[in-house]
Amino acid sequence: MITNDLPSPADVAPARRTLVLPVWVWPLLAAAVVLAMTLIYSGGRGAADIMSAAVTFSALFVIVGLGQMLVITSGPGNVDLSIPAAISLAGAIAMKVMDGSNGMIVAGLAAALGAAMALGVANYLLIRLLRIPPIIATLSSALIVQSIAIAYGRGLKIKPPPAFADFCTGRTLGVSNLALVAAVLTAIVLLVLARTVYGRTLLALGQNQRAARLAGTPVSRARLTTSVVSAGFAGLCGVLLAGFSGGSSLNMGEEYLLASIAVTVIGGTSVAGGRAEPLGIWGAALLLFLIVTMLNTFGLSAGVRLIATGVIIVTVIAIGGGRKAA
Amino acid sequence: MVSDETALLLDDVRKSFGAVRALAGVTLRVGRGERLGLVGHNGAGKSTLMHVLAGVLKPDGGTISADGGRQVADYDTAAAGRLGVRCVFQELSLCPNLTVGENARVLHPGLRGWGWRKRAEGLILEQLDAIFPGHGIDPKTIVADLSLGRRQMVEIARAFTVTDTPIRLVILDEPTSSLDATAAEQLLSYLHRANLGGVASVFISHILPEVLSAAERVVVMREGRIVLDGRASELTRRIIVRSMGAADEELSEAESSARVTDTTADRPRQVLATPLAATGGMELSACRGDIVGLAGLAGHGQSTMLIRLFDAWGKRDPATQVAAPVALVPGDRQSDGVFPLWSISRNISVRSLGSLRRFGLIDPGREKDLAATWRERIGIRTPDMDNGILSLSGGNQQKALFARALASEAGIILMDDPMRGVDISTKAEVYRFIRAEAERGRTFLWYSTEMEELFHCDRVYVFHQGRIVAHLHRGQMTEAAILRASYADASGEVA
Repeated sequence: MITNDLPSPADVAPARRTLVLPVWVWPLLAAAVVLAMTLIYSGGRGAADIMSAAVTFSALFVIVGLGQMLVITSGPGNVDLSIPAAISLAGAIAMKVMDGSNGMIVAGLAAALGAAMALGVANYLLIRLLRIPPIIATLSSALIVQSIAIAYGRGLKIKPPPAFADFCTGRTLGVSNLALVAAVLTAIVLLVLARTVYGRTLLALGQNQRAARLAGTPVSRARLTTSVVSAGFAGLCGVLLAGFSGGSSLNMGEEYLLASIAVTVIGGTSVAGGRAEPLGIWGAALLLFLIVTMLNTFGLSAGVRLIATGVIIVTVIAIGGGRKAA
Repeated sequence: MVSDETALLLDDVRKSFGAVRALAGVTLRVGRGERLGLVGHNGAGKSTLMHVLAGVLKPDGGTISADGGRQVADYDTAAAGRLGVRCVFQELSLCPNLTVGENARVLHPGLRGWGWRKRAEGLILEQLDAIFPGHGIDPKTIVADLSLGRRQMVEIARAFTVTDTPIRLVILDEPTSSLDATAAEQLLSYLHRANLGGVASVFISHILPEVLSAAERVVVMREGRIVLDGRASELTRRIIVRSMGAADEELSEAESSARVTDTTADRPRQVLATPLAATGGMELSACRGDIVGLAGLAGHGQSTMLIRLFDAWGKRDPATQVAAPVALVPGDRQSDGVFPLWSISRNISVRSLGSLRRFGLIDPGREKDLAATWRERIGIRTPDMDNGILSLSGGNQQKALFARALASEAGIILMDDPMRGVDISTKAEVYRFIRAEAERGRTFLWYSTEMEELFHCDRVYVFHQGRIVAHLHRGQMTEAAILRASYADASGEVA
């Protein structure tokens, strides 16, 4: 009795076939426009250099952004403020364990990621067991970890092993290795979100926590995984950053906190949770880098640069945001 | 009190959503002080019509006029408000983070200056007292802390509060669906009084006896049109059901189809919940293939029991034992059920993801098949299962939630008053489904606020103030027995 109520295929066919761009396309388009304007101003000089620098630096933002995106997707109020601490700690541990020796690269990487992921577990426990709001929990764990990193690193700058430094600054088939790492991680995250129980649970959780629980999805496990992955990605970023910039420093994670949130949100991920846009992070990271490049090329003063950056971001969100309603 | 004066007149109102024609030319006159009952299937256009009346939806064509043919241009929520048209929505529209009094203020911008909160509280309290005497609601309570039934009372009372604009018409969408019998009775008698005072009401309900007794005139909608419009006194349930296009035999057949078997000894026990020390009462148990009803007044611990059983799977709690995986069909779709950003298909598969995997990843082919199977089996009305869940009407969303639970591997299905706002032919279909699934060995625990529904169960437990006060077997299950048990200890407070 229900089937005969269905609109016949003929009714459905002329449905509005207007072109609806995926959300993640907008920041990428904006990045392309900004790049084009830069190149027009410079008369096309340095195109290759700008592109390759943009992709390399964006890669690090993408890696931390992916973790932050998962956290933000898990629902309103969730954010990981311990990312800079995880970056500093992982960078310091990796450099110290590797101690400039090529043979210790794997051990250093494992120790650094292990420490970062332990931070993720600690964050989860603070939030779930002690019921501390995520902002406070991750902020306080960040303070503690930052102090540990200071005590541990003693401010000494240890050089990365040559093979590792070569990897971080090198290229494969013309693409920077960091970008390749970030691309692989993006692909994995995309796959995980769409095709695994964890991914679906996370997206369900972000839309409606209570409904996710009542639908029988493993909510607690998904929260723990998210917390650990975010810290782990930040840790990886820290190690790669140390390898890339010739050693770790204590405040090297600083700029990644706001950036990780910015690339996530500009990329189209819903702040209210439940909708993640891994590809948008790429567009957003490229956009942020290219804006700075463009404004530098224009030779603007620092103050004007910041104002312009803010205006451009608001414009992109306003244009792209209106199309988010799925 | 049907007068010749018109409260509101719709003329040839049309509304389409894409390819779906929700209103295909509706002409409807509501007289001043008239009680109009509106019935129809899911997707018949009732909700759309109501949203048009409320000014929430702008019709594609047709006119709306008031006061003797004066057409209202740009009929929107503000215009509706000025005319004194109020709505009680099925999806409750109260702000859960505000108090009852503050919610009342939302409708009345005139309450300002010193002491507005007190005046708003007085206003809503007065109205609650007028409609639901003995309601026991403190207007200082945060809405989120109220039970669903009490929230509904506040929502209804709020619609009848008056400060500056006199009320012309109140539209009530399934107002009694979360009310218990007493409160529903109180509401119907209040509507009667209000109508004598010149306030018209449009009463949307799936409970036909209720509509027939509450309304003077009944309008039946089907596929976006009015197919029957007559005086309630001249209509019967049978005539209405026939006009909706459903076979009415199904209902009577369903009532007699319940098994007579009372031998539970040979079937393994699936569910056992012993009374908690804090509440006392009887224990609850269910065997494989049982359909067990949870009865009693709304909000007396039935949902709490279901959640307790839901949480028991995979835990070793001697007081609450379940012998098979558990799935829950929520009744409060918005807060417990749908994932609004997802397609219908994803909303269904979410409970079965584990079994849809191949090589550790969810297989899109299997997911599609699952959705297609359940679209067919439970009759979800949509051109495409990849459409968003919110593109479905409420009843069809509910079907998707049934499909979610039934498609899973769960042996025990908990149903938390799942038929709220579902039309009767869908209900009849789902009842048959439940019976068939029970015969295949699934166990159902079914909380329902509708008496008629409980007769589809093999036996019922009656709840009162958080504990089980009666266990009625098939032979003892009568409306009177259930009602008596529901009010067992109701000496003082009646919720």
